[in-house]
Amino acid sequence: MHASAKSTSPDNPFAKRKSHLEFYELLTKSILRGATYLILFVTASIFIHIFIKGAPVIFQSKAPFINTKFLTELPETLHILQDKQGKIYETDPKGSDIIKKELGSNLRQEKTMSYSGGGILGPIVGTVLLVVGCMIVALFLGISSAIYLSEYAKPGRFIEMVRLAILNLSGVPSVVFGLFGLGMFVLTAPVITSVPHERSLLVIPLGFSNLSFQGWDTSVLSGAFTLAFVILPVIITASEECLRAVPQGFRETSLALGATRWQTIWRSVLPFAMPGILTSSILGIARAAGETAPIMFTAALAFKDKLPWQGQSGFNGVFTESVQALPYHIYTLAARIPKNEYSERAQYGSVFVFLVLVMSLAMASVLLRKKLRAKYQW
Amino acid sequence: MVTAAPYEPKKKQIVDHLAPTAVDKTFNSKATAGEEGMISVRDMDFNYGAKRALHHIQMEIPSKQVTAFIGPSGCGKSTLLRCFNRINDRIQGAHIASGQVIIKGKNIYDKDVDTTSLRRQVGMVFQKYNPFPKSIYENVVYGLRISGVKKKADLNDACEYALKSAALWDECKDRLKQNAFGLSGGQMQRLCIARAIAVKPDILLMDEPCSALDPIATLKVEELILQLKEQFTVVIVTHNMQQARRVADLTAFMYLGELIEFADTLTIFSNPQQLKTEEYIRGQFS
Ligand SMILES: Nc1ncnc2c1ncn2[C@@H]1O[C@H](COP(=O)(O)OP(=O)(O)O)[C@@H](O)[C@H]1O
Ligand SMILES: [Mg+2]
Repeated sequence: MHASAKSTSPDNPFAKRKSHLEFYELLTKSILRGATYLILFVTASIFIHIFIKGAPVIFQSKAPFINTKFLTELPETLHILQDKQGKIYETDPKGSDIIKKELGSNLRQEKTMSYSGGGILGPIVGTVLLVVGCMIVALFLGISSAIYLSEYAKPGRFIEMVRLAILNLSGVPSVVFGLFGLGMFVLTAPVITSVPHERSLLVIPLGFSNLSFQGWDTSVLSGAFTLAFVILPVIITASEECLRAVPQGFRETSLALGATRWQTIWRSVLPFAMPGILTSSILGIARAAGETAPIMFTAALAFKDKLPWQGQSGFNGVFTESVQALPYHIYTLAARIPKNEYSERAQYGSVFVFLVLVMSLAMASVLLRKKLRAKYQW
Repeated sequence: MVTAAPYEPKKKQIVDHLAPTAVDKTFNSKATAGEEGMISVRDMDFNYGAKRALHHIQMEIPSKQVTAFIGPSGCGKSTLLRCFNRINDRIQGAHIASGQVIIKGKNIYDKDVDTTSLRRQVGMVFQKYNPFPKSIYENVVYGLRISGVKKKADLNDACEYALKSAALWDECKDRLKQNAFGLSGGQMQRLCIARAIAVKPDILLMDEPCSALDPIATLKVEELILQLKEQFTVVIVTHNMQQARRVADLTAFMYLGELIEFADTLTIFSNPQQLKTEEYIRGQFS
């Protein structure tokens, strides 16, 4: 039987024919696979590198197993002292004085490493404030404009131009956003104040006070707005997509029941578009959290010895004070100070913490979507 | 049994909006049925952009009866139906080119007509059953919530009234808080009917309400329609002539955007006056 099947194989109409096609098939497949594995390899290397270098800074073998000092203290200069027996002391500026007194003439040498001591509480707080502020501003502006574009505006050439302009915004380098933020929010944005700053561009008396175009200074607010503009294109595009995905039938039904347009959007469009909007927006925001250029001129300082609410303006400082931020801190440690094992430790520790923050944002968005999807499904 | 609930959705003000005005009683036409109806369409042309979809429509739809629109697909049945609650307004370029649609004595295309109060009195059920992905209860009271009814008792009464009217109360009363998507197709469509009548409209428009349903669910909805005409003026679009025969008191036959013939159902099906109607009813084209 088999033999006869084999002997008839030349008659097999579906027999494999050798040709250059087969070669191309193999080649394409290898290229596609190679590209995928390359990406996988690079991604894995980055994560493993950060984990190996960063985890030892954050975790320790003794209880409470987490280096609380690194997470709860502000950055400060690290002092390294060495006595004549070769014993090494790592300490902060105050501790250094005490040890120096104790050692007396036994001190062999003292080295100082800027930013490498203490912890990174300042940058963590700053980044969290910036991200939360950016999220509020970007979601409000982005969702509003997406609703306008896809639900209210009459489709036409003008609206297409607006869309195109918004899309093009995402091609603008982030350092340009930083400079724009400097000009717009730091130096010109309006504030209500009874004593306008002398550099104010325009002061409009309001009776009880003045509307002064003097800017918001280098502050969380300026930084949050600037970052928001960096990710607005992403949010608007994603939101429009999610709004379009809500069945037209919901809108018609709601209108047919006597709802106004806004009631319709609020009650039977937005709730069902929200899971998607939030997921893609939060992923965009995670991206913005890592941007350095937009906050360099608008919100972040390389070094600050106070948390935002410890300044003279009290709690309002969370809006009006400048802050340290993780990406900028990492940049400073990596590129602005002499490199050594101590600064590298602080640097990888910061990267590790930053990665954990961003990953928890991404996780939160995935969980949120799951939860909302389960609630509103169609 | 249907029990009228002791609630009044904000109706008094709405009625004022559509206060009757002088109606041109001298008007006459070949394709009308009955006296001056609940809905009178006066020589109406309707356009999608530059394309004319309806030509010189002229009809009087009587109160508390079931009127069916039949005709081959694309002839303009849905377009005409959707003119009655102005839901076509949201389609870009769709507009009434001439003529009037008079409901309760008021041309609903007048500038001073508020579409939201119009739509509260002219309810609509769509072809594809489309409950919101919310609880059964929230679906039914949607129309009341948007018109500002807040009192729990009023909402509960309206919900019970609407579900009973839609013959859905017994099936749903124990699961009001469950998601409407757990219902069967036929139940969902009856839920949509309940949602439309919860605001107590005068007129109920239905665009092929059974075309997505199986035969048994279809029968249930048809039974329901026959009950509903005691309280509402029902206008139904159907592609199913048998259905028109079973539920409609009057039937309108449309063809290529024109109203060819409009008379009581018996006449249309047994003794049509127009050749086209006869051909269609005999199934010579569709
Ligand atoms: N949104 C629209 N834009 C343009 N033309 C439309 C639109 N809706 C329907 N039409 C046209 O109007 C005519 C009538 O359509 P329709 O009222 O849906 O017919 P029916 O409900 O009888 O099948 C058709 O020729 C159709 O192509
Ligand atoms: Mg139709």
